[in-house]
Amino acid sequence: MTGWIRQMTIGREASMRRILVAVTAFALIGAACTAGGDEGPASPTDANASHEPVTIEIWGAWTGRELKQFNAIFDNFTAQYPWITVESVGAVDDPKIIAAINSGTPPAAVLSFGLDSVGKFCQSGAWQDLTPFIERDGYDLSQFPDAVFKYTSFGGSQCALPFLTDAYGLYYNLDKFENARLSGPPKTISELTDYAKQLTEFNPDGSIKVMGLVPFSGYYETNSVTLSIPFGAKWYSEDGTTSAVDTDPQWKAIADWQKELVDFYGGPEAVTKFVAQQGDEFSSSNDFETGRVAMNIDGEWRTAFIENEVPDLNYMTAPIPVPDDMADSYGVGQIGGTIIGIPKGSPDPESAWLLVSWMASDTDTLVYMANNVRNVPTTTAALESPDLEVTPQFQTFLDIFANPSSHYKETSAIGSLDQDLVGGFLEKWQQGKVTDLQAGLDQVAEQINAELAQASGP
Amino acid sequence: MATPPIAGVARGTGAVRRSRPSRRTPWRLVILFLSPWAIGFLVFIVYPMVTSLYFSFTHYDLLSTPRWIGLDNYKFMFTKDAFFWLSVKNTVWIVAVGVSVRILFAIATATLLTRPRRGIKGYRTMFFLPSMAPPVAAALAFVYLLNPAFGPLNQLLSSAGVADPPLWFFSPSTSKWGLVILGLWGVGDAMIIFLAGLLDVPRQLYEAADIEGAGPWQKFRSVTLPMISPVIFFSLVTGIIWGFQYFTQAYVTSTVNATSKTSLGYPEGSLLFYSVYLYQQGFSYFKMGYASALAWVLFVVTMACTLVMIRTSRRWVHYQGGEMFR
Repeated sequence: MTGWIRQMTIGREASMRRILVAVTAFALIGAACTAGGDEGPASPTDANASHEPVTIEIWGAWTGRELKQFNAIFDNFTAQYPWITVESVGAVDDPKIIAAINSGTPPAAVLSFGLDSVGKFCQSGAWQDLTPFIERDGYDLSQFPDAVFKYTSFGGSQCALPFLTDAYGLYYNLDKFENARLSGPPKTISELTDYAKQLTEFNPDGSIKVMGLVPFSGYYETNSVTLSIPFGAKWYSEDGTTSAVDTDPQWKAIADWQKELVDFYGGPEAVTKFVAQQGDEFSSSNDFETGRVAMNIDGEWRTAFIENEVPDLNYMTAPIPVPDDMADSYGVGQIGGTIIGIPKGSPDPESAWLLVSWMASDTDTLVYMANNVRNVPTTTAALESPDLEVTPQFQTFLDIFANPSSHYKETSAIGSLDQDLVGGFLEKWQQGKVTDLQAGLDQVAEQINAELAQASGP
Repeated sequence: MATPPIAGVARGTGAVRRSRPSRRTPWRLVILFLSPWAIGFLVFIVYPMVTSLYFSFTHYDLLSTPRWIGLDNYKFMFTKDAFFWLSVKNTVWIVAVGVSVRILFAIATATLLTRPRRGIKGYRTMFFLPSMAPPVAAALAFVYLLNPAFGPLNQLLSSAGVADPPLWFFSPSTSKWGLVILGLWGVGDAMIIFLAGLLDVPRQLYEAADIEGAGPWQKFRSVTLPMISPVIFFSLVTGIIWGFQYFTQAYVTSTVNATSKTSLGYPEGSLLFYSVYLYQQGFSYFKMGYASALAWVLFVVTMACTLVMIRTSRRWVHYQGGEMFR
């Protein structure tokens, strides 16, 4: 080996050692790098005292028309807190917010549609526990219906506040009801099944022209969560440590109800063909708006879409029917919507708290947003406000939200994974690919439990 | 070993005598010129790889500090995660079927394109153009084209008398074939390489085969295939890597058709490919430690397959200048 090559080799080995050391250091620094902890709140902010002007950012998932309407609320906030200017950034989803928190550059406040991530946000401290602010300022939590706490807190941490909510109910076409000589909405599952059959119209070739109700999980807003609430199906055991999918008989009831309707329509393939022709959910080609389905499970926002896109549609709304042996619970439904909070590492938590607490409780703001975006306001005062524009169809969703039994599914440390597992199973079931229903539910529960165990760690 | 000459400096005496360059390697200059690549390599390749390897041994949800759990992620993957095996099965299918069909189709198309004497440039452009389409746009177009109800393909099949046309992206038995058709439509990138390979086969070999009385199949089997075997090998290796990383088309078609809260990979998990599953774990469920473990398994398997391909290539790949890999 010549000196030149030896020198190259020695140099390369030394360089390699240096590179390895540097890379290891990088990795360790990266691993250890998380945004630092946040100190508790200082004394309450006096709005009448003089303050240095500040500009804070709020990131959220609103887009398009709704973002414009959302951005209009901050003038009122600045009127109340003149030293704070709010800059709203739209179209920001949860992964982007998480990336900003990890890099230590989050905005002052955040808004999310990701209810399923509340468990992780609260548990990890990525969204700050607001309890110290709430206790310090004596912030009145009784202004919110109890149901909102199920999707704004987790493990004792109140890391979010509600800012409007969704509620899910049954839309039904009154003209089709009249043609089928049906009056009033179905209130029990057996009535729903019966109505769906009577409202279904077939083409001469046997294919489905109008479906009474699509029972497929995965069709628009019909899914494991929206079905589980009216059916009373529990996701977890009382202590939240194990899945209840295998033990709660209501999951079997959901599956049996699906199968009965699918069989009536001519089997999975007939329904699949019908579903394949569905129009875009958030456009005027939505199946309920075009009359392809006589009844459909949907959120309260559909009333605004119908008002804009097919104002002549003769329809009404009602709570989703409940099992016959649970008729007393009629009126219950899935609720849960937008959440707001203060991320870990917020550059100005005090101003952010003023903003978040104001957004969550300012009646005029909530009523303005409810009237424009057509979501359900989340405080008792806003719900009772005379300025809230309420149509009979929208009133249904206010009633569902006001129902003390309405709730969002139990949150957990595995986020939306449980829904995906159950949804995936229902997909197979509704296609007739599951021969032993209970064994299938057992398997799903086992997978959820394994995920829970993995999330909690050794 | 002799000291290699420094490029550009002639030995012996020249007309103009220049000062003798230093024999010492100009390390500072070397490092300076290498630094743009080296910094990029360290920051964007080495650092993420080392970090993800570390994360694969941790419970890391992107929000909390990573917690060391040893091999638990790997144990969970191989013993408790049913969707891992489903994604492996789907990915092996797309690698085995999708890549093979794509290569065969590319060879067939390229062979056809060597024949026309008129308008050859037009034909080549026409076949190549689809490969330029952005994958998301192409996938969306195929979601429409293959729609069982109003898609033109099924309407064509119905009018041709097919009583029960496929449900394509709405049925697990046909969804992957829909993606294969999408891949064949965009086969231009592979086709153009095969076309170059085919045009590079020496004419005299065919002439010799003709003299020996060989038929078209014998000429293809004994002349064309061996001569384009390096191109097949290249397409196979890149195709397998492409198959293991199959993502965009599957993600788009499954999420467009599943409008509500259903699992990725709709219908019934048939489009849950490995990379889609990895993405879902990391960015939907925030299980970044687990996603890192999945990524490392993918890396190791892809690397192993590539090495096996290279090792076995000496048996069937023929280079005009001799062996390439030893």
